[in-house]
Amino acid sequence: MDRMPKWADIVLIPLISLILAAFLSALVMLAIGEDPIKALGIMIQGSVGSSYAWGYTLYYATNFIFTGLAVAVAFHARMFNIGGEGQAALGGVGVALVCLYVPWSHWSVALIGATVIAALFGAAWAAIPAFLQAKRGSHIVITTIMFNFIAAALINYLLVKTLKPIGAMEPATAKFPEPTHLPNMHDILGIFGIPFSRGAPVNIALLLALLACFLVWVLIWRTRLGYQLRAFGHSESAARYAGISPTKIIMVSMLISGALAGLMAINNVMGEAERLVLNAVEGAGFIGIAVALMGRNHPFGVLLAALLFGVLYQGGAELALATSIPREMIVVIQALVILFTGALDNMVRMPLESLFSVLRRKPEGAK
Amino acid sequence: MDFFALFDLAVLDGTVRLATPLLLACLAGLFSERAGIFDIGLEGKMLAAAFLSGAIAATTGNAWLGLLAGIAASLVLSVIHGLASITFRGNQLISGVAINFFAAGLTVVVAQSWFQQGGRTPSLSEGGRFNPITWIGADGNGFYSEVVSGHSILVYGALLCVPLTWWVLYRTRYGLRLRAVGENPASVDTAGVSVIGLRYSAVVICGVLCGIAGAYLATALQAGFVKDMTAGRGYIALAALIFAKWRPWYALGATTLFGYLQALSLRPDILERAIGVKVQVQLLDALPYILTVVILAGFVGKAIPPRAGGEPYVKER
Repeated sequence: MDRMPKWADIVLIPLISLILAAFLSALVMLAIGEDPIKALGIMIQGSVGSSYAWGYTLYYATNFIFTGLAVAVAFHARMFNIGGEGQAALGGVGVALVCLYVPWSHWSVALIGATVIAALFGAAWAAIPAFLQAKRGSHIVITTIMFNFIAAALINYLLVKTLKPIGAMEPATAKFPEPTHLPNMHDILGIFGIPFSRGAPVNIALLLALLACFLVWVLIWRTRLGYQLRAFGHSESAARYAGISPTKIIMVSMLISGALAGLMAINNVMGEAERLVLNAVEGAGFIGIAVALMGRNHPFGVLLAALLFGVLYQGGAELALATSIPREMIVVIQALVILFTGALDNMVRMPLESLFSVLRRKPEGAK
Repeated sequence: MDFFALFDLAVLDGTVRLATPLLLACLAGLFSERAGIFDIGLEGKMLAAAFLSGAIAATTGNAWLGLLAGIAASLVLSVIHGLASITFRGNQLISGVAINFFAAGLTVVVAQSWFQQGGRTPSLSEGGRFNPITWIGADGNGFYSEVVSGHSILVYGALLCVPLTWWVLYRTRYGLRLRAVGENPASVDTAGVSVIGLRYSAVVICGVLCGIAGAYLATALQAGFVKDMTAGRGYIALAALIFAKWRPWYALGATTLFGYLQALSLRPDILERAIGVKVQVQLLDALPYILTVVILAGFVGKAIPPRAGGEPYVKER
């Protein structure tokens, strides 16, 4: 059973997968006539080289923490929630509604209200696919994909027809009122006298994301529900035999997953844009898949992977400005990470396992 | 109210045009999933094929070379999917997701560095496209000349694929084995037939059909590749496949219906004339997906996927 030391499974395999993905990405860059070393330099400088750059990197990382946790929680119950995109978009609708139509007195109250609503809206959008999986056996992957498209159509309708201010041309809501504006990192660190870029979009939602990481860790490894979730994920029949209700686990895991994805709206809609625009999620729901795979479904791993993707995302944006490498290069890297850590996992694992078994046999033979 | 406006010739003509890529992709998915390999990478394969066929057709001025290039691009991704899901027994869904992103990103990166036109290929000239074939006597403006005649060869080819698929699947030894390997691979293995070989062959057929579908988008439906030109068609094809319950003739029906909805959403005026109420375009866009969820929920007949779908086959236990 234990063919490999644990550290190799947790650290070495993702690392090798990442190196493979980076290597192939470098080949792509070479093929289009760009210098990958120079590109890497620009990406690192552009993503962690100044507090402004950090501000963007952490802003993106916040998005990815939420969507990565969403995918990870569902993965533990062996549910593949590919609908983070739609759930996060619906969370945005919830946030827009409470920010626009509730007269908040202070941002702290508004944050609590918006957090609840964003989670509720995200969970609600995951609820129907979850129910259909639990009760009718409809495949969760297909239904969540369909719900992404339905969400896109719904939001398109809402923004074009109902939420758009009268007379406005652009399909977007009005700017949220002043009391709902969240403090950004410049304001927060300013209290402690630490200087931080004023223009960067990272905001208090980052703290919320870190809190979510901790709570997910508690949930998965320190509660009865988390145990049931993992047991169900390992073996449905064993879980059923132990009296764990599959319906309950499917529903609960997907509702939590949807809620986490919905919470992303606190960061991008309430914290950054301060209004709801078309395609506000910008693929972060899908990046969550890569983040969860890379982070081995552990909240701390998700945090690290989200940071990595934050660097990639912000660095890629700088790269597109400084060179002729288009922003889509990030999507290629993201795809390679998903491919190697998710689908071609065994390609890395099999040779490593045989290597470790050879290494282990040797000392025994020497005795 | 003018109910017959729903059968407006322009809409029906659009239905044929828009249903063709859906049909090809749907049949592609049918082969793959009937052999037990889930494939949500249809979208990516079509997109890669659309790009390379557009690029090659633009540089050589030959649509047929474009088609071949498109099929080759799609096949490469198919083989990656095969490696991940058959040889390395990885997660087929994750592999499909990766392929979709890979194609979405790489097509733009390469197109930008190749043509410098913001991620698109140059517009195709006359020879670089598959041109409409006008049938004998199709010079009026009736159903025959507007809807039946006047499509490219790929459209008629796609339609021929339906009986062909049916025949292969239900009337040949290969088809019987293919269906068996999707339901119970162990039985096929016991009979001394290679599960791996069968599944790879299905994945390759899937790649070829997706390649044609993609090439059709870039060299027949439109004149050249544009960024993200598949626009979710791979997912609609997937929906159609479930709608069709993994059967070829039903696939024709489902893709025609979805193609009709797409054609109708381009002409909201006609729909309004037909039913007298203004229908939101967004509702029409979402309808294929909503219908699929309803079907999946089992409220309109039950859609049962191939039993061994999505699970890698392990020979020894």
